[in-house]
Amino acid sequence: MISVQNLNKSFGATPVLQDISLDIQPGERVVVIGPSGTGKSTLLRCLNFLDTPDSGKITIGDLSVDAAHASRADILGLRRRTGFVFQNYALFANKTARQNITEALVTVKGMSRADADARADTILRETGLEARADAYPASLSGGQQQRVGIGRAMALDAELLLFDEPTSALDPEWVGEVLDLMRKLAESRQTMLIVTHEMQFAREIADRILFMDDGRIAEEGPPADLLDTPRDPRTRAFLRRVG
Amino acid sequence: MRALDVDYMLGLLPILLGYVPLTLFMAVVGMAFALVLAALMAVERVVRIPVLDIFVRLFISFFRGTPLLVQLFLFYFGLPQMLSFLTTINGVTATIMGLTLHFSAYMAESIRAAILGVDRAQWEASLAVGMTQAQMMRRIILPQAARVAAPTLVNYFIDMVKSTSLAFTLGVTELMGAAQKEAAGSFLYFEAFLVVATIYWIMVEALSFGQRRLETFLNKAHAR
Ligand SMILES: Nc1ncnc2c1ncn2[C@@H]1O[C@H](COP(=O)(O)OP(=O)(O)O)[C@@H](O)[C@H]1O
Ligand SMILES: [Mg+2]
Repeated sequence: MISVQNLNKSFGATPVLQDISLDIQPGERVVVIGPSGTGKSTLLRCLNFLDTPDSGKITIGDLSVDAAHASRADILGLRRRTGFVFQNYALFANKTARQNITEALVTVKGMSRADADARADTILRETGLEARADAYPASLSGGQQQRVGIGRAMALDAELLLFDEPTSALDPEWVGEVLDLMRKLAESRQTMLIVTHEMQFAREIADRILFMDDGRIAEEGPPADLLDTPRDPRTRAFLRRVG
Repeated sequence: MRALDVDYMLGLLPILLGYVPLTLFMAVVGMAFALVLAALMAVERVVRIPVLDIFVRLFISFFRGTPLLVQLFLFYFGLPQMLSFLTTINGVTATIMGLTLHFSAYMAESIRAAILGVDRAQWEASLAVGMTQAQMMRRIILPQAARVAAPTLVNYFIDMVKSTSLAFTLGVTELMGAAQKEAAGSFLYFEAFLVVATIYWIMVEALSFGQRRLETFLNKAHAR
């Protein structure tokens, strides 16, 4: 069970997240949409403290963190219960595809090399990267890099995977393969919170879509309701714009 | 005008070459200590540990802001007067200490710049997978910063090799000191110091060659 209660975050005097509350059930796939600059990335980044929330409560599984008084251990705990997929992949440039996947298994989880490699083999197969296992990120295509990025997050067996516009930086030719991989993850009932502009994809895989505007969740519902019969005028305006 | 005494020079060469190991010893040991100290200070400058940061900045400022020769005199002649346990400090130790502190201040700045040059997204990715700051530095950031900083650090090493000649002013008989003694006996100062210059020159050229090879190698790394 994942729960966010009354999460607030300002950058300086600008409020970016205003009283966000959100529950996610295990296995649920939640998609966040909304205009740019409304705090979608900040919401994801606050959940693992890449950005520090000002107040609120974040619960992931057995860990509950009061954001205003989070200890170092709390923050590590949240990070070890979540996986994050970045828009710009953010792969470790000094590590091969395989090492990107094994790095945290060994360093953070204390797995043996052999166990980590075995886990990496499985992940490389699932992401279709066996042939590029020993390549460095600089020689991979955008689509391959993002698949490594997803594989790195998958390897950790996180309770929640966070995706921040995972296909937005990709050339159109690579978007399909990344969405395919995410679809596979969604089918395996991995709990996911995904920020994306891919509306068709959202409709297919989401159990629930959140529309964010101006630091708040303006409207939420199952894809059919939210995308086809939006109630909030801001949702309607946004959907008209993105077509 | 007189002719160059080539025979004298050829005779002197093997004698002076015998001092090359001492020169390299001081430079290599100084470099090893300086690297460790510089890396620690660079990391501190990036993560900014309160209070400690003030001392590190003062340290860097002082050792960059004063001549190495002055620093060596301060350690060798000055410190023993203040700290009685240092009365036995010898010239070689004082030189290594001076080289270490002086060059670590410069190297800390290069390493700091190289650390900051590693794309910020990788810092976030390291933290996102649950690494501590120390793990992030050790496993992801420093190895990449080291590649960027390496050619510059070799420059400092070259500079350090040449700077060992200042040990002569602390009474150490190294290359320079030995040449000085030989020349004082023969009065062939030009020849003696020309041999010394040639020896330094060859050492530096060899290091520069290694540096170019290193750069080619580093440029190819992680591109596969
Ligand atoms: N590090 C930061 N410092 C200051 N302002 C920021 C920072 N990150 C984001 N913002 C601001 O917060 C708001 C929300 O940003 P973001 O969460 O990235 O929006 P979205 O992902 O929905 O496009 C924007 O106005 C953005 O300019
Ligand atoms: Mg964003």
